Amino acid sequence: MEEPHRIIEVENLVKKFGHFVANDRLTFTVGQGEIFGFLGANGAGKTTAMRILCGLSSPTSGKVSVAGFNVYTQTEKIKRNIGYMSQKFSLYDDLTVWENFRFYGGIYGLSAKKIRERTDELLGRLGLLSEKNRILKEIPLGWKQKLAFSVAIIHHPSIVFLDEPTGGVDPVTRRQFWEMIYETAREGITVFVTTHYMDEAEYCQRVSIMVDGRIVALDTPVRLKETYQVLTMEEVFLKLARG
Amino acid sequence: MRLGQGRVTLSKNSMSSSVIVEQLSKNFGQTLALDNISFEVSPGELFGFIGPDGAGKTTLFRILTTLMLPGSGKVTVEGLDVVKDFRKIRDILGYMPGRFSLYQDLTVQENLRFFAGIFKTTPEENYDLVKEIYSQIEPYKNRRAGKLSGGMKQKLALSCALIHKPKVLILDEPTTGVDAVSRKEFWEMLDRLKMTGISILVSTPYMDEASRCDRVALIQGGKLLSIDSPGNIIRKFEYPLWAIGARDIYPLLADLRQFEATRTAFLFGQHVHLSTRGKGREGALIQEYLELKGHMDVDVRLTEPTIEDCFMELMV
Repeated sequence: MEEPHRIIEVENLVKKFGHFVANDRLTFTVGQGEIFGFLGANGAGKTTAMRILCGLSSPTSGKVSVAGFNVYTQTEKIKRNIGYMSQKFSLYDDLTVWENFRFYGGIYGLSAKKIRERTDELLGRLGLLSEKNRILKEIPLGWKQKLAFSVAIIHHPSIVFLDEPTGGVDPVTRRQFWEMIYETAREGITVFVTTHYMDEAEYCQRVSIMVDGRIVALDTPVRLKETYQVLTMEEVFLKLARG
Repeated sequence: MRLGQGRVTLSKNSMSSSVIVEQLSKNFGQTLALDNISFEVSPGELFGFIGPDGAGKTTLFRILTTLMLPGSGKVTVEGLDVVKDFRKIRDILGYMPGRFSLYQDLTVQENLRFFAGIFKTTPEENYDLVKEIYSQIEPYKNRRAGKLSGGMKQKLALSCALIHKPKVLILDEPTTGVDAVSRKEFWEMLDRLKMTGISILVSTPYMDEASRCDRVALIQGGKLLSIDSPGNIIRKFEYPLWAIGARDIYPLLADLRQFEATRTAFLFGQHVHLSTRGKGREGALIQEYLELKGHMDVDVRLTEPTIEDCFMELMV
């Protein structure tokens, strides 16, 4: 029996801070090339879980592996094999586009030649080759987001984590960004994304919703809407997160 | 609310707009942040500014709150000029800026008392006005503001902006970065506040929040694209709009972009929103085209545009 390769395997993940249980026995898997939406109200425990998946923090207990690596003992391998992009942390404003790509490419251990090739490829796709030597600060937010995403996948990671990647961006750019995500997933890169835009939850193949440290729902958007008898993901979310 | 009623009478007697902006422009070096903006807000109106980052919302609000000088043009708040009468304006304004701006190391209660004190009043004096909001965080009154969740921080910031009974409330992206539940609750609070007669100006990048306002101004690149009630903006959408679903949405989008009658095609959740040049009778043609291309579970229907559809149409 053929099973899609599992990029994330989480079994009974628990994370405590003192007595506070931030992640309460989370269990889920994410397959290769999947677009997986990780939703939850602020304070539900999403960021805590994402930090663990990115190798930035250890679980209190439970089994977790990312890209085939153990989250307790192989965090450096995890970091090398994932990409990460967040609205809060992005590229360096005082460097040029090229300098940013070169910097991150270097951090991920790519050769100089590979960095040049990959940069040209990614900038070409965005139609931004002409902006290679422009300082990031001068670039509009929408383009910055797309560039940050490209940098996050410069090293062909098996999975890219996107933490509210489209916050505050205009609606046209937001959609172009999601078209980039679709293309990326079709190339086999798994996309793990959190968002507060409920229409973006609809773009995901499966969505999980966290409330108070637990996963209270995990399914395709279509099935979630059927289960809760509503028309939109926003309504699913409101039903579950309001309690 | 007893106190609120007093203020409504005052506004009605003054018979003028609460906020008047006439041909306002503002430059930062080479960048034109606001480009000849004009609008008026009526007393007791809930007025929204809808637009992405960089559109000029924060710059506009900083000028309205007298934190920044206009480049050119005339701006008055409750009849007072933002340049000449800035001190008087500051007494009657409540402001919630974009980032959490209260004191992280003061407790909830200390923050409220501090802001009341700045306006020479006390929390007790105007408690009625903020009670509904503040009571939700009162159990945490001895917790440091920095340790509150996003939703609670919002409520505290709103309480502090209201504690001196302002006539005009200006909220800069109060729901950004906040989850859908807290966003909904926040707008419900604004609805109730409106009933006390305060004029409320809100900015947001979330297009769906436009429908909660009496009127909205769509803003992009320093320009106002449209000012009207949400209903009217939607009615002004010129072209037929189709909501199209199929099993695989990304190939669907690609194929629809190649379709000859297509003007625009955008992702909207599980559908593609397609605007066409025709008169709204192309449904069968679209269906046929997609089935020929091999799409499964094709569903084509006319749909009413949302504010987001209208915004994107005005942007292009």
